[in-house]
Amino acid sequence: MHIPDGYLSPATCAALYGGAAPFWYVALRRVRTALHTRLVPRLSLLAAFCFVIMMFNLPLPGGTTGHAVGIGVAAVVLGPWAAMLAISIALTIQALFFGDGGITAIGANCFNMAIVGSLIAYGVYRAIARRAPLNSARRVVAAGIAGYAGINIAALCAAIEFGIQPALYRDAAGAPLYCPYPLHIAIPAMMIGHLTVAGIAELFVSAGVVAFLQQSDPAMLRSTSGVAENLQAASSPAKALRPLWLGLGTLMILTPIGILAGGAAWGEWVASDYANPAARQQIAASSFHQLPPAQVPKGLERLSAVWTAPFAQYAPPYIKSRAFGYLLCAMFGVGLVMVGSFGAGWLLRSQERAREQAAGS
Amino acid sequence: MSGSHVQRRGFVQSTIDTLYAAISRVMYAETLARGEGLLQGIDPRVKLAGLLAWILAAALSSKLWVIAALLAVAVSLALFSRVPLSVLAPVWTSALLFTGAIAIPALFLTPGTTALDMPNVGWRITHQGLASAAYLITRVETSGTIALVLVFTTPWTHILKSMRILRVPVIIVVVLGMTLRYILLLLETAREMFESRKSRMVGTLTSRDQRRLAIHGGGVLIAKAFQLSGEVFLAMQARGFRGEVYVLDEFSMTQRDWAALSLFAMLAAGAAWAGR
Repeated sequence: MHIPDGYLSPATCAALYGGAAPFWYVALRRVRTALHTRLVPRLSLLAAFCFVIMMFNLPLPGGTTGHAVGIGVAAVVLGPWAAMLAISIALTIQALFFGDGGITAIGANCFNMAIVGSLIAYGVYRAIARRAPLNSARRVVAAGIAGYAGINIAALCAAIEFGIQPALYRDAAGAPLYCPYPLHIAIPAMMIGHLTVAGIAELFVSAGVVAFLQQSDPAMLRSTSGVAENLQAASSPAKALRPLWLGLGTLMILTPIGILAGGAAWGEWVASDYANPAARQQIAASSFHQLPPAQVPKGLERLSAVWTAPFAQYAPPYIKSRAFGYLLCAMFGVGLVMVGSFGAGWLLRSQERAREQAAGS
Repeated sequence: MSGSHVQRRGFVQSTIDTLYAAISRVMYAETLARGEGLLQGIDPRVKLAGLLAWILAAALSSKLWVIAALLAVAVSLALFSRVPLSVLAPVWTSALLFTGAIAIPALFLTPGTTALDMPNVGWRITHQGLASAAYLITRVETSGTIALVLVFTTPWTHILKSMRILRVPVIIVVVLGMTLRYILLLLETAREMFESRKSRMVGTLTSRDQRRLAIHGGGVLIAKAFQLSGEVFLAMQARGFRGEVYVLDEFSMTQRDWAALSLFAMLAAGAAWAGR
């Protein structure tokens, strides 16, 4: 799971540093607001804990052993924001001082395990545990499943990062420059080990530590239980999300950069590409030198005629400037996603209110 | 019974060994970093920036000989800095075994022109597969060696302070520094926990018991980490800490450091240019 140097291209590493940066920023602000002057010692000790727990080799049923990453424990005890900072710091120290994970891949490892892993684990924990009592068995099960889901989704992210390398980066002779396995090999190879060994280790550690804390120190589980005020509620959500909105706006403005990339993304070919010699060469170059069939596949031809997108190729027909068309499409797409998200949120909130009113009456 | 006995000893002892190895590594790295040697006398900021540039150059290169040349320079620097080969060799071996195991299937799975046919099994090794495996292994070995050279020639407190040149926020630098200190403390605590358990152990320990032992160890450690963070906070407050963090910058560049910086930059730029 700890990606070493050399497996990912510098561009992928840079993109993942960029992807992780806004989360680190928001997390630092939120945790700082919640902890004030306690931030430095608390975060240091928790990061040290995350480091040490990664060194425990857990005996598993069947005679094998596995290392947990501590994603589940950190997310359940600290909440997602503090967990992503603590795990990121532990991963940085592992890469810098212990050679576990690459220095160029710190952003990728933090993105996969600290950010995606923590958010997934916390979401799953809260969804399953809901408002169950702190000492309930339901919370133990929720923590176990949260750890299992967190580490496996993190592994899936790593597998996707590995799998896109051979399609994007090859030398003049066609040899992959970084991880040589495409998605159809990278994903199963990565997931089999995590679904069967590492995930189980994470499940046992997450569930076991929560069960242990229920007996010895249940107060440590209160902050993320959803019953009491937690770290996330300590700061104004709208204010803390401001950097993410700014990041989103910047990305939208930068969308015309997409015009610079030539050709179509792998697997996104249109029917006319099969008859276009230049497009055929591009498809072959990105498909291990295998030429596409001479005729358009019949199913593709039939289904591609079913729906004509209003902004096909991100180029609205009534806009002359391609860059402006790109920008407009970005704004339209983001607007649609936001309307959908706000609509779903409003629906969930109104359902929750209705349930509370029904319970009150 | 003997199987269980071996398994029991194996789990507890291997956990103790892992924790002890981590502590020993940090201690040994500090001893070497504070000793005499070519790189030890150079400003840590120069080393951090220069060696990171080399790692980046190795990652960017699409020529094997360029990556191999960077590896050779890194090994020479390690030797001139009195980092013994006995320190580098285990890292090379583990990287070779791990990455080699990952790279071997690529020899057969990467499509391309045939380099070698294996008639009995009907498999064929391709030139592209060989090149791909070589890229992966040399990059991992080179980056690992360069990172090792940095850690074994620079005290960790200096590496962390030097991170300010990468615009890492000062609060993160301080947290990283404190984390590294408390990692040593928690490693020692965990080691003592397992040692004390080992000294009291009679009879066999089932796989379930071993799991419980490891999980309880994790639970105790997180509780201790919380308790300790409160105590450390009170100690910091007693010494006047009010939330503002500072890092003392005691580094100053000499002519030798500027010369080293130029050499690092020239080699990184040359490698990036030759490997393009």
